[in-house]
Amino acid sequence: MTMQTGRTGLTACLLSALFLSVSCSFDYESNVSGGTRQGILHIGNGDEPQELDPHIVTGNIEAKLCQALLEGLLAQHPEDLHIIPGGARSWQESKDGKTYIFHLREDAKWSNGDPVTAADFVYSWRRALLPALGNNYAYMLYYLKNAERFHQGEITDFSEVGVKAPDDWTLKVELENPTPFFLQLLTHMSYFPVHPATIEAFGATDERGTLWTRPGNHVGNGPFKLKEWVLNRSIVVEKNEHYWDADSVKLEQIIFYPIQNVTTEERMFRAGQLHITGSAPVDKVARYLKERPEALKIFPYFSTYYYMFNTGAPPLDRQKVRQALAMSIDRQQIVDKITKAGELPAFSYTPPDTNGYTATAQLDYDVERARALLAEAGYPGGEGLPTIELMYNTSEGHRRIAIALQQMWKTNLNVNITLLNQDWKVYLDKRDAQDYQIARAGWIGDYLDPNTFLNMYTSSSGNNDTGWSNQRYDELLAQAAGTIEQESRYALLQEAEAILMTELPIMPIYTYVSKSLVSPDVNGWHPNILDIHPYKYISLLPSADDAAKIMP
Amino acid sequence: MLKFILKRLLQAIPVLLAVSVITFLLIHAAPGGPFAAEKAVPAEILKHLNERYKLDQPLHVQFYDYLKHAIQGDLGPSFKYPGRSVNEIIATGFPVTLELGCYALLFALLIGVGSGVCAALSPNTWRDYLPMTFATIGICLPAYVLGPLLVLVFGIWLEWLPVAGWELIPGDKILPSVTLGSVYAAYIARLSRGGMLETLSRDFIRTARAKGMSESIIIFRHAMRVGLLPVVSFMGPALAGLLSGSFVVETIFQIPGLGRYFVQGAFNRDYTLILGVTLLFASLIILFNLIADVMLAWLDPKVRQEAING
Repeated sequence: MTMQTGRTGLTACLLSALFLSVSCSFDYESNVSGGTRQGILHIGNGDEPQELDPHIVTGNIEAKLCQALLEGLLAQHPEDLHIIPGGARSWQESKDGKTYIFHLREDAKWSNGDPVTAADFVYSWRRALLPALGNNYAYMLYYLKNAERFHQGEITDFSEVGVKAPDDWTLKVELENPTPFFLQLLTHMSYFPVHPATIEAFGATDERGTLWTRPGNHVGNGPFKLKEWVLNRSIVVEKNEHYWDADSVKLEQIIFYPIQNVTTEERMFRAGQLHITGSAPVDKVARYLKERPEALKIFPYFSTYYYMFNTGAPPLDRQKVRQALAMSIDRQQIVDKITKAGELPAFSYTPPDTNGYTATAQLDYDVERARALLAEAGYPGGEGLPTIELMYNTSEGHRRIAIALQQMWKTNLNVNITLLNQDWKVYLDKRDAQDYQIARAGWIGDYLDPNTFLNMYTSSSGNNDTGWSNQRYDELLAQAAGTIEQESRYALLQEAEAILMTELPIMPIYTYVSKSLVSPDVNGWHPNILDIHPYKYISLLPSADDAAKIMP
Repeated sequence: MLKFILKRLLQAIPVLLAVSVITFLLIHAAPGGPFAAEKAVPAEILKHLNERYKLDQPLHVQFYDYLKHAIQGDLGPSFKYPGRSVNEIIATGFPVTLELGCYALLFALLIGVGSGVCAALSPNTWRDYLPMTFATIGICLPAYVLGPLLVLVFGIWLEWLPVAGWELIPGDKILPSVTLGSVYAAYIARLSRGGMLETLSRDFIRTARAKGMSESIIIFRHAMRVGLLPVVSFMGPALAGLLSGSFVVETIFQIPGLGRYFVQGAFNRDYTLILGVTLLFASLIILFNLIADVMLAWLDPKVRQEAING
């Protein structure tokens, strides 16, 4: 009798399992093949954007969305990033480099059909500088005459700030100093326009977080317009028929997925759910290189991985100790054995070939010299040198690098290092308070010029958490800021970087690479140093090699 | 019974108050504020932001302010997402988490009770060992191992199911539900096996059998009602655990639920978000435990008597 019911129970059990697995198999077309057919691009975009307001957000995730929805005065060429016309069809620069006249396109329209006028830009830049908005990137506009004073509340009359609209299609911009990279800045979202009537309809000009960025409310001037935004699930943008260059926009829709987990993202790519990923997991790189090299796009990225030294406290207040530490690590081994995706060992702070600038001052890997320097500093063979604490924020990658360096320093210099892992916000707090000895750091350039890196280590920079200051360095950067001619300006920056690489408040380790998985169906996606891929140039064509092909 | 429920609900008020005070103090005591970022935020911008979100006020004023609004159902604006209120984030994320939790629980009950009862009916045979071995493995296998494993088999090798997403592609709810539910299925299997084994050896079952009652009536009407009591009392905490513990599964399967805010909110020092989500989960745990107790009382006369007397 027990046998009987036992069998019934088991059968029920098996049946339900079977039912479940049968109901499991659905016939569905993969996003990639369906998307390619309909002109819908499926793309992984890192995380849920904080907002879509170009004057509030700061991250790369948001920047990618803003680039689809809005357009600045100028744009970058998708291949080599040289400046091309955007919302402005042409421009003139004065001889002293301090005045620019932009001629806007008469046919440029907002997604609701309104014309995009010069007054809209004046309104937008004023908004970006209004103190109460709390724009973290307001300092990007400080190059405009009197912009900093307006933002600090020292002046309240915006007509004193260097941006005017003499007529609907002319924008006159005056700068504080000649700024050779000003045109680069204009491609940054902090200079993007917003639609005045829409902003005003949903709140005060300087009100944070109003509903103007929601689907149905959002009005933009970019190649795409906002269609749908489901928190944490997806953001859908569709072709903006009012865009001045709508004829060359080939995609019908783009769907952005906020995928935080790179492993999940890679699996979605492999299963044909995504055309393009925002990243690629380190431990899959080798396999892709071997089995699907055409799908993996690796390119040097405008970003440096480095360690910073607290120069305010012994023993790292001694330049020779810092030099010894910086010279005794094998960067090649770190990129070969740990990061493993073709990162470049960094012997200078600025990434190589930054708009024609490559640092001439390069660090050496010279263990003998490092030992001698340590001895000169009074610690022969590492003797007498107290244990140094190395802080990094929680990440498996940072941990591995920290352990490797700890080993190298122990072996090469007999220096003892302890590791301190901190949660992101605690790490930021300690860094800011200079409560550390060595701290891991990374920096992504905001615009394509060495200034975006070197400017960080002036005495007055809010990002200089090392306690280091050098008068000559400050002077050189100030002098460079007032120099129009590119070659002599770069010469000044070279001299500044040489100081930085001698005194070493920071120790560069490697130049990042951008890693993306891109389906062969995608055309017009070009790897570049800023990892910028304007969507208006992207098209989808079924490839002979099925994009959704499963890796064996 | 009504008195019992009312009493429990009243007890919940000081509990929730304590939860909110402790969470508030802890999150404010943690170093680093909501606006700290890799790129230094200029002092004057930080000042404006602190004023805007009233972070420049003393803590007790902030807390009083928060509580005043929270009682009226307004959990405040999120710090990380300037355009979203905590209410909105919960309103979009919670239904997803709830749906996922319910499917997972359903799966857990189906598999757990099925295999547990089946094991108890023929103890110490292969029908017992097989499901119990799976149950033991299930308990040991964390979601971040099981999830990717299921994805690899059903999503990538067999191509039966989507590898991630929620309401994006038909069938994308199955793998996350199974992953989340499997640990609970394993617990339920062990609980129901134990409960059933004990019940089947009791006198009233022997009496029923002696009276010649059919075996299926004995099992389904008499034995299961008592034998599954441990499962019922487990369900309250289980559902609460399924809801608040779905972070890993949500991450693996890219699900827009509330679990990730529970974790990310703390990392981001999104004070209002973490408080709001914590309060929600605390209320749910209290509620589900209460429901489980009520169900237990309904099923078991002994418990019912205690509840009425107590």
